[in-house]
Amino acid sequence: MIKNILNLGDAALYCDFGSDVNQEINSNVIKYFYHIKKLNLKGITNLTPSYNKLIISYDLNIYSFSSLKKKIENIEIKENNKLEKNLIEIPVCCEDNFALDIKRVENKLKLKSEIILEKFFSKNYFCYMTGFVAGMPFLGDLNQEMRLKRLETPRVKVPKGSVGITEQFCNIYTFETPGGWNILGNTPQNIFDTSNQSNPNLVNPGDTIKFYRITLDQYNEIKR
Amino acid sequence: MKSKDRNYFKILRAGINTTYQDLGRNNLYHIGIPFSGAMDKRNFQLLNSLLQNDYNSPVIEFAYQGPHLKYFGKDIFFCISGNVSFKIITKESVIDGNSYQCYLLKNGDEVDIQSTNKSVYGYFSINGTFGVDYYWGSCSINTQAQIGPNNGNKFSKDLEIEILDINNSFNKRKLQYLGSTIENIRVIKGTNYDYFSKSSQDKFFKESFKITKLSDRMGMRLEGPKIENIVDPNIKSEGLVKGVIQITSAGDPIIMLSDHGTIGGYPKIVTVISADYDRLVQLTPGSNIKFKDVSLEDAETLYKLYQMETNNLISQIK
Repeated sequence: MIKNILNLGDAALYCDFGSDVNQEINSNVIKYFYHIKKLNLKGITNLTPSYNKLIISYDLNIYSFSSLKKKIENIEIKENNKLEKNLIEIPVCCEDNFALDIKRVENKLKLKSEIILEKFFSKNYFCYMTGFVAGMPFLGDLNQEMRLKRLETPRVKVPKGSVGITEQFCNIYTFETPGGWNILGNTPQNIFDTSNQSNPNLVNPGDTIKFYRITLDQYNEIKR
Repeated sequence: MKSKDRNYFKILRAGINTTYQDLGRNNLYHIGIPFSGAMDKRNFQLLNSLLQNDYNSPVIEFAYQGPHLKYFGKDIFFCISGNVSFKIITKESVIDGNSYQCYLLKNGDEVDIQSTNKSVYGYFSINGTFGVDYYWGSCSINTQAQIGPNNGNKFSKDLEIEILDINNSFNKRKLQYLGSTIENIRVIKGTNYDYFSKSSQDKFFKESFKITKLSDRMGMRLEGPKIENIVDPNIKSEGLVKGVIQITSAGDPIIMLSDHGTIGGYPKIVTVISADYDRLVQLTPGSNIKFKDVSLEDAETLYKLYQMETNNLISQIK
């Protein structure tokens, strides 16, 4: 399933699963990720699954590129290995002070805000990967008519909990951070929990997300 | 603990980006948490060796200007690594200290770490253990994700640094070390090297880049000849590692450092080799940087040499 293994610098393997972004290729990446993670190989210091790549960082004192490459090439993963999938429901409030970019999205998509939100909430989303900042899930796919580019100038600070869209993807800002996604709302739910060290992520690669809409009162109630 | 038995430092001035660091945390990239850890691993290792601490003991890292600390407790030794100017203030005198040399502190003495010289990071520790909490096996503070002791924040004035235990069998030691002198930063060509025009590839290695002020533990932004992308200014987001140099849509290089975002969507032109990472992070804003291309095999050999050199320095500690 891995098409090619290259090096990323001198201490990481770059495993290429293809160039398209779809759930089939991504599920293969995630299967490899969980499989290698379970092997708990000494000297592997990080695994980073993404849409169609898996980066394996390693300790140069233990492996060279060629020795680890051989090891990974010899891993066999059965096609029918089932992925563990959870369905997670996440509340989102789309009141004006949370939906920072709804006007821009209306203009770009030529759709009324109520239609945009109806389309957004009518679908379940697949988690391709988590990262960039701790716990941030990259979810997809949005309907064709919901796709637009990111902001021309990224915000210096996107509020924590913001739910944004860009191209075929949506995500949740788990921390206040710079970012350029089009923000449609905000969730009061904590997506990343530093105090839960065994499982800090609410959403993991392979999971399915269902967003549901809440009022400002409900938002404040959950936040309390 | 009874207060009269307490050993601690009080922070009179926090310095810039002062945090606890150790070797960092592994196997969390997939949830978006980077390695973190001491930026300059050699100076981290030398400091713990000088102080006869465990190899992964917490130290205090600072950038440009260190903290001013006042000590309360029984006699203790401290040491500083990096190219650092500092003063030791006692009731009797004020003396200039030397890096890589251990000094005695008595109750009421102060250490004023004034600046790093022609470098960014310096390290401070004691012959003992700081009282820190561990998160995912590491006490490194990642201020961006607010992970680590002190609620994941950098140190602030009036904070008290607890000392858990002091190693009483400690002997004062020192090391003569001037730092590394290699000029170029060596890199390996990246997975998107062919996204850039031939003339830009040439420029990348022939010309030099200036390190801008937009540099911190997450990354280092460079300024210089614009690197022209002839394929696509974005790639599908994928994993990053420290040392990766991405080219932004504006054509400027940005180098991923220890607290970097774990995935990114800019094409990668090259990656800094592991052997040169410590030297890279010590380059100050305003200074110039020039890249040299090496093969993967050479990079692996250079890393072994780097490790031998570090071990050689450790063996010279007397």
